Amino acid sequence: MKIYVPLDSAAKALGADEVAEAIRAAARSCDMDVQVVRNGSRGMVWLEPLVEVERDGVRLAYGPVSVADVPAILDGSAETLGPVEDIPFFARQTRLTFARCGVIDPLDLDDYAAHGGLAGLRRALDADPAAIVQDVTDSGLRGRGGAGFPTGIKWKTVHDTPAAQKYIVCNADEGDSGTFADRMIMEGDPFSLIEGMAIAGRAVGATRGYVYLRSEYPVAIAVMNAAIDTARDAGLLGDDVLGSGVAFDMEIRVGAGAYVCGEETSLLNSMEGKRGVVRPKPPLPAIEGFMGRPTVVNNVLSLATVPVIFERGAAHYADFGLGRSKGTIPVQIAGNVKHGGLFETAFGMALGELVNDIAGGTATGRPVKAVQVGGPLGAYFVPDEFDTPFGYEEFDGAGGLIGHAGVVVFDDSTDMAQMARLAMEFCAVESCGKCTPCRIGAVRGVETIDRIVAGDAAAAGLLSDLCETMTDGSLCALGGFTPYPVMSALRHFPDDFGLHREAAE
Amino acid sequence: MRQHLPQPSAGDIQPLIDRHLAQEGPLLPILHSVQDAFGHVPEAAVPMIAEALNITAAEVHGVLSFYHDFRDVPAGHHVVKICRAEACQAMGGAALADAALARAGVAWHGTSANGAVTIEPVYCLGLCACGPAAMVDDRLVGRMDAAQIDAILTEAGA
Repeated sequence: MKIYVPLDSAAKALGADEVAEAIRAAARSCDMDVQVVRNGSRGMVWLEPLVEVERDGVRLAYGPVSVADVPAILDGSAETLGPVEDIPFFARQTRLTFARCGVIDPLDLDDYAAHGGLAGLRRALDADPAAIVQDVTDSGLRGRGGAGFPTGIKWKTVHDTPAAQKYIVCNADEGDSGTFADRMIMEGDPFSLIEGMAIAGRAVGATRGYVYLRSEYPVAIAVMNAAIDTARDAGLLGDDVLGSGVAFDMEIRVGAGAYVCGEETSLLNSMEGKRGVVRPKPPLPAIEGFMGRPTVVNNVLSLATVPVIFERGAAHYADFGLGRSKGTIPVQIAGNVKHGGLFETAFGMALGELVNDIAGGTATGRPVKAVQVGGPLGAYFVPDEFDTPFGYEEFDGAGGLIGHAGVVVFDDSTDMAQMARLAMEFCAVESCGKCTPCRIGAVRGVETIDRIVAGDAAAAGLLSDLCETMTDGSLCALGGFTPYPVMSALRHFPDDFGLHREAAE
Repeated sequence: MRQHLPQPSAGDIQPLIDRHLAQEGPLLPILHSVQDAFGHVPEAAVPMIAEALNITAAEVHGVLSFYHDFRDVPAGHHVVKICRAEACQAMGGAALADAALARAGVAWHGTSANGAVTIEPVYCLGLCACGPAAMVDDRLVGRMDAAQIDAILTEAGA
């Protein structure tokens, strides 16, 4: 009997290791032939630890499972949630990037290949590099880190820039609150990222790759390191990738707790062993990146999506989506939510459908007050705006951003003035200090919000001015986007700041 | 149980530096290795790293002080990192953190008087759909409630 118990961080945080150990111990004591597979998470976090028992080729789900439930699961008397892929939250998804996550043993390369893995890389190794770049452009893939820049165009710049050494750098510094898709794919399907980076290397002529992975993700670090070792042993990495004569190798670099290093130029400085301060652009990293050489810097999800584009074709991927937002987006639903987790779907689903229908509203059962989309630098949306479709341009038009597609839900007990204050405080703590609007502005922002809350209504105009300066004058998104949550909170919830509606506007 | 270990010697530190010299951009990997070994980056390591990388001690200090992870003095016996980010706040993380700080008698980054526990803020552990979340040394905790954080601190000796 095969039993799957996730090794995902969220599952571990909810007791998956203890459950896995209890299953092994119980099986030993009653002499049952049980194979425990530590898979990735299916993304239904409210059911974690989600245990799957394979019977007659069907994987039956149980969850959330505690150690006390183990005997009943083994003897078949426990009540199952049914086949895991029939659970509505899962069945309604379109899984391309996450197709294997939770299905396979993340560190079993044969299992990976049996589920479509490496087919994309083999195709790419036979293709002309310029044709690979064209395929990525045709797929419509855009940077999943938040900026939404077309991946193919970035690759083309690096491809067209001659240099003795080029690099592929994967930005795995997923610091935005409410986002965990990068972590999940690195823990649940690490070979997809490795394969994506190898394809990128072949496309642009880079032979070295780095994954800059945040230190707050110890499980992802361990799984990625193990996967790289396995890939190297199997000839997927090294001087002769899959016998093609093409060289590509990579390593993990661990961050050190600086949020701003998720900004690509700070990340490059950090990798070079410097303070993680932002570099002015130009020069673009695609021309002068890591060590001053042409460098592709892509988010985990962008790179992990590349293999499926090559496995099934650019047109297949581009067929999904809405307008210029093509393909699928792994939405992460978090915070005060009944059914939280990862929901991969074609672009275009309305925000309200995600929050109320898919996620089932709040965990506390109280009305939704606001949802923050796109991490700590994203705007707060109110239920009146729930018809906004999930797409880059659509969210931009609504005064927000989809960022890394994290959706954090808050109920009506939340004090939005305090959330606005937290945004400024976070910016002050994490500012790299390079530019004044961010370094000083964030500190003054906290003080100004405190003044408003203490009854100085006139300070609201000051806060608006300050936010305008930060938006226009900051070098990167940290200072530049912190006004999104602050101003959207002020606009929608002046009462929380002790203001009358007219005063805030 | 604050650790009063003797300062590591140059002979202890040098191999941790040398191991990374072939890497491109070796400074962060070196600092991580040194901190993993000693629980902090001792003052004696700074000039040695500067020498090995042909940079100034001020540059090493600049990097060391930029990143939240690196410490120049040892932490308490256990480190409890409590998430302060938005998703955990949506689930009552702020009240939980306040209770934990009060229970240990410290402010953020503080170490309890007996040296048992250091409590630090962390901005996101990627456990946003099962908050409030914390990390106790290397162990992750999700859906944390008041009783659980109390038990964690008791176990840690705060």
